[in-house]
Amino acid sequence: MLIKRSDRPVRQTHLAAFAEGQGLARLDRRSFLRRSGLAAAGLATIGALPLANMRKARAGPPPAPGATVEIRKNVCTHCAVGCTVTAEVSNGVWIGQEPSFDSPINRGSHCAKGASVRELVHSDRRLKYPLKMVNGEWQRASWDEAISAICDKIMQIRGTSGPDSVYWLGSAKFTNEGAYLFRKLGAFWGTNNTDHQARICHSTTVTGVANTWGYGAMTNSINDMRNAKTLLYVGSNAAEAHPVAMQHMLEGKELNNANMIVVDPRMTRTAAHATDYVRLRPGTDIPFLYGLMWHIVKNGWEDKEFIQSRVYGYDDVLKEIEKWPPDEVERVTGVPGAQVEHIARLFATEKPATLIWCMGQTQHTVGTANVRTSCILLLLTGNVGKPGTGANILRGHDNVQGATDVGLDIVTLPFYYGLKDTAWKHWSRVWQVDYDWFVSRFDSKEIMEAPGIPLTRWFDAVLLPKDQVHQKDNVRAMFVQGHASNSITRIPESLKALAKLDLLVVVDPHPTTWASLSVKAGRKDGTWLLPACTQFEAKGSRVASNRSLQWGEQIVKPSFEAKDDLEIMYLVAQRLGFADKMFKNIKVENNLPEAEDILREMNRGSWSTGYCGQSPERLKLHMANQKDFDLVTLRATSGPAKGDYYGLPWPCWGKPELKHPGTALLYNTNLHVMDGGGTFRARFGVERDGVNLLASGSYSLGSEIQDGYPEFTYGVLKKLGWDHDLAPDELATIQQIGGDKADAVSWSTDLSGGIQRVAMKHGCLPYGNARARMNAFGVPDPIPVHREPIYTPRVDLVAKYPTRQDEVQFRLPNIGFSVQKSAVDRQVAKQFPLILTSGRLVEFEGGGEETRSNPWLAELQQNMFIEINPADAGERGIVNGAWVWVTGAENSSKAKVRALVTERVGKGVAWMPFHFGGWFGGEDLRPNYPEGADPIVLGESANTMTTYGYDPATGMQEPKATLCQIAAA
Amino acid sequence: MARMKFLCDAERCIECNACVTACKNEHEVPWGINRRRVVTINDGLPGERSVSMACMHCTDAPCMAVCPVNCIYTTDDGVVLHDKDQCIGCGYCFYACPFGAPQYPRLGNFGSRGKMDKCTYCAGGPEPTGSKEEYEKYGANRLAEGKLPLCAEMCATKSLLAGDGEVIEQIFRERVDQRGYSSGAWGWKTAYGEEVSKS
Repeated sequence: MLIKRSDRPVRQTHLAAFAEGQGLARLDRRSFLRRSGLAAAGLATIGALPLANMRKARAGPPPAPGATVEIRKNVCTHCAVGCTVTAEVSNGVWIGQEPSFDSPINRGSHCAKGASVRELVHSDRRLKYPLKMVNGEWQRASWDEAISAICDKIMQIRGTSGPDSVYWLGSAKFTNEGAYLFRKLGAFWGTNNTDHQARICHSTTVTGVANTWGYGAMTNSINDMRNAKTLLYVGSNAAEAHPVAMQHMLEGKELNNANMIVVDPRMTRTAAHATDYVRLRPGTDIPFLYGLMWHIVKNGWEDKEFIQSRVYGYDDVLKEIEKWPPDEVERVTGVPGAQVEHIARLFATEKPATLIWCMGQTQHTVGTANVRTSCILLLLTGNVGKPGTGANILRGHDNVQGATDVGLDIVTLPFYYGLKDTAWKHWSRVWQVDYDWFVSRFDSKEIMEAPGIPLTRWFDAVLLPKDQVHQKDNVRAMFVQGHASNSITRIPESLKALAKLDLLVVVDPHPTTWASLSVKAGRKDGTWLLPACTQFEAKGSRVASNRSLQWGEQIVKPSFEAKDDLEIMYLVAQRLGFADKMFKNIKVENNLPEAEDILREMNRGSWSTGYCGQSPERLKLHMANQKDFDLVTLRATSGPAKGDYYGLPWPCWGKPELKHPGTALLYNTNLHVMDGGGTFRARFGVERDGVNLLASGSYSLGSEIQDGYPEFTYGVLKKLGWDHDLAPDELATIQQIGGDKADAVSWSTDLSGGIQRVAMKHGCLPYGNARARMNAFGVPDPIPVHREPIYTPRVDLVAKYPTRQDEVQFRLPNIGFSVQKSAVDRQVAKQFPLILTSGRLVEFEGGGEETRSNPWLAELQQNMFIEINPADAGERGIVNGAWVWVTGAENSSKAKVRALVTERVGKGVAWMPFHFGGWFGGEDLRPNYPEGADPIVLGESANTMTTYGYDPATGMQEPKATLCQIAAA
Repeated sequence: MARMKFLCDAERCIECNACVTACKNEHEVPWGINRRRVVTINDGLPGERSVSMACMHCTDAPCMAVCPVNCIYTTDDGVVLHDKDQCIGCGYCFYACPFGAPQYPRLGNFGSRGKMDKCTYCAGGPEPTGSKEEYEKYGANRLAEGKLPLCAEMCATKSLLAGDGEVIEQIFRERVDQRGYSSGAWGWKTAYGEEVSKS
């Protein structure tokens, strides 16, 4: 028998030392859980192993002899679970990835994407240097040439068409610092046409949830789901979209013997682990949820005390609930009455219960109404503000929550201050730039305060007649930094717009489908591709789904000629002539703005959202001491961060010195505000039509005001006599900000943080204590109502449940009603009888160009496909694996894909993954990519087939419910 | 002495393929060679379950019995390894293996096989531990560093367990007790001649 041929000198690892020093006997249950069972097994094993073969720890290719191996931590750039990535670096090369056992979020785990991120940095399919299109050919360019040519063209467009004709499309892949800087760039340029992926991801969540109880984010955390007795998934396929979250969900399910209910048109991989699976027709979430509420109210299962003290608008909602008895719910959704009653009973009586959602609810014409109905169900059953409850909204991209918070958005400046002059003046003070200068940058004060154009409609803003675009001129230039084009619906329309644009700039590690489709569209010049680095080659903070901020270290320097996003933004600002103003308080070295300084600037201005306490120093401390944080509560039980919640989940009130621990669970009245307690936010006034909007008899632990109260201003402090608690310098700042109206200076505009500090000293939430709104007056459909998808097979229901009337929204007409009416009149559903919906695969992310360029992932999913039910396939003579043509309801769209015949989808429903691109209408666009930068796997984009439909409150697109036909190819 | 085993808890496996790409990443396994893969049964149907499969490092490994050049051997930790210098790529082991673990790079156009490749339990091969040669032929040697196979360490849901057989058996048994039912430790009977014993 063969044995080892060498006995190398032994150097024990820290793990081995741990095992020897402490022994397995010392490994208590807590450490055992933290080390996940596996690590404990590892330790046990090492204890028993002959250690003769031990050597210096490292993995991957061996480092050069004598080279040192450094460990650096960053955060996975794929989804918002927030898995720590531990990298081994030698001689500037990322040689191995190790499990991050200390992270309370992922405990060493990854999914297929996270376990392969090292390749993203090494990939030879990245953009290596700037490219420009000259006469239909990609040509290498220098950075200097690119920046000056691009900026000169942008300035020329500004001269003739105004600043709104340049669209700044940013990214949820940016760090917080990058996203904030990009929004700032838009503000200094003079436009609100700045957007990012949240538009097509959770814009409806943010709007719907914030309008219900105050903040647009996940209320609890993935770790907290371990406390739930009932988990209701409506429109989330966590097993594929957030795999590491499933670790907490499945462990919690086992430990609590919990009910896990999955409601989805597809029997997903998540549903495979559920205790109950409910199949509903795409686009009927509202009737289903009201159906649950009908049973809850009928049986008296609602939480009456909670409603009485903390909810507004219950009677209004009751009227709508009564419209959804079991037979009507079944008629619309297809879910049997007995199953609805069963789920209602579980959710309302087996508490704590949590509702989990993702794109299944949000990506609809009725997205905002969907999520609001979910919130109403939670409020009805009192399942908010306690462990194991809440709206556990799983965000998509790794920093989509953060990019939303920092205001990379068309409707607000950073941190949800909005666009009114008060907001602009607040940020003028933070940025120390004259407010009037900002006014001068915009076409008008009116457009400065008007929401911009959603990214979902960028091509409409290019193509529609000028008089229908409510700004000075059409969009003429797209500056795209980190956003796919194939994740946006109606690709055939966008192709026309690509042909018409004066300028297209794509800043990305990969060429993306912007490049391949722009060539298809016939662009011969005026297209630039600039290589940005990945976030593993940069540093900064990113926000996980649970609102925790995590600081990532730079693992290696940017590959090839790629640049850090921050540097690119600086170079653009410099060339556009406002870098001095924009970087007034930010250190810039070798054209690279310092991430820490940008975060400090955010800290100084973000009082509204409680991003004021997360200094870079505190975030770095958390990353260095991850092991001290509890798995379930996320609170550090020892170490230098003792008492803090992991990543200081916002809101983290006051200045960093105040040491607020962050807020792990929003609206939790059982904790003191300085322990992360909270109330529903008083955001919508104190009363309406004589009805009280403030809480009654409910308040957070230790509050000196033992009832509802409005948000704090200097005036409120004076009335309470608490103004004496303000320090002289705090008072001076307040008076300087307010001038003769100092009373109006609020907790969110007081740059001293004094008002927040004093309110919390008295146990109060700076933002007030109000009721959550079941009736969200001011939002379209304040009481959510069912509306049929624009393209629905159930034309019989359209008369009773029509979509909303045509209206101008976000500078553009939304003609959903006309489109729906036309589709019904033309009997489109006869020609295209199958419902088409879309979703994720675990191996790829978003538009997918990055992950489809990674051989370790690409190998696992090599073909674009469509799922079709065996009955539908049989009728059409389609066999599994065969090529089929999918045809769509608009633009004579068509796509050639493989058929996956499966009962995963019900009869009448087809499903496509949305990560593919690089084919269009059966044509392979591989030659359109710059040489060597084409992804390994290409395929048709699902969004070639998707159709018209926009949420009235956010401009969200409709990729989840349209119609199609499928035929054998 | 430890006896290294794998155990995939099918109640936890969500077919996320982390184990597959972790393996690719750790050993830079080329396209077309899959030391580990996830198999799903009843795909899209009620009762759908997935298991992550690789070489199970069998007790009395059948591959060893059939290898004509005796290149397969068991380490003191119960890990089944092979010597690529001796391997002739005959493919016998593939036919003997109940788990389809052995892989062969295709050489040329006539289906001729290269030397066998399979999961090493992240324990390298007969070359000097930690050497460039060992890495190039077999991949990283984590076991020598006191680490376990990366596939198990990175498993998204802690479904795939690796470590000393008794320890992972104990972890699995605790889970079964908690759940109140068992779907069995898939492949254990075949690989190790025994089921997970009752607690």
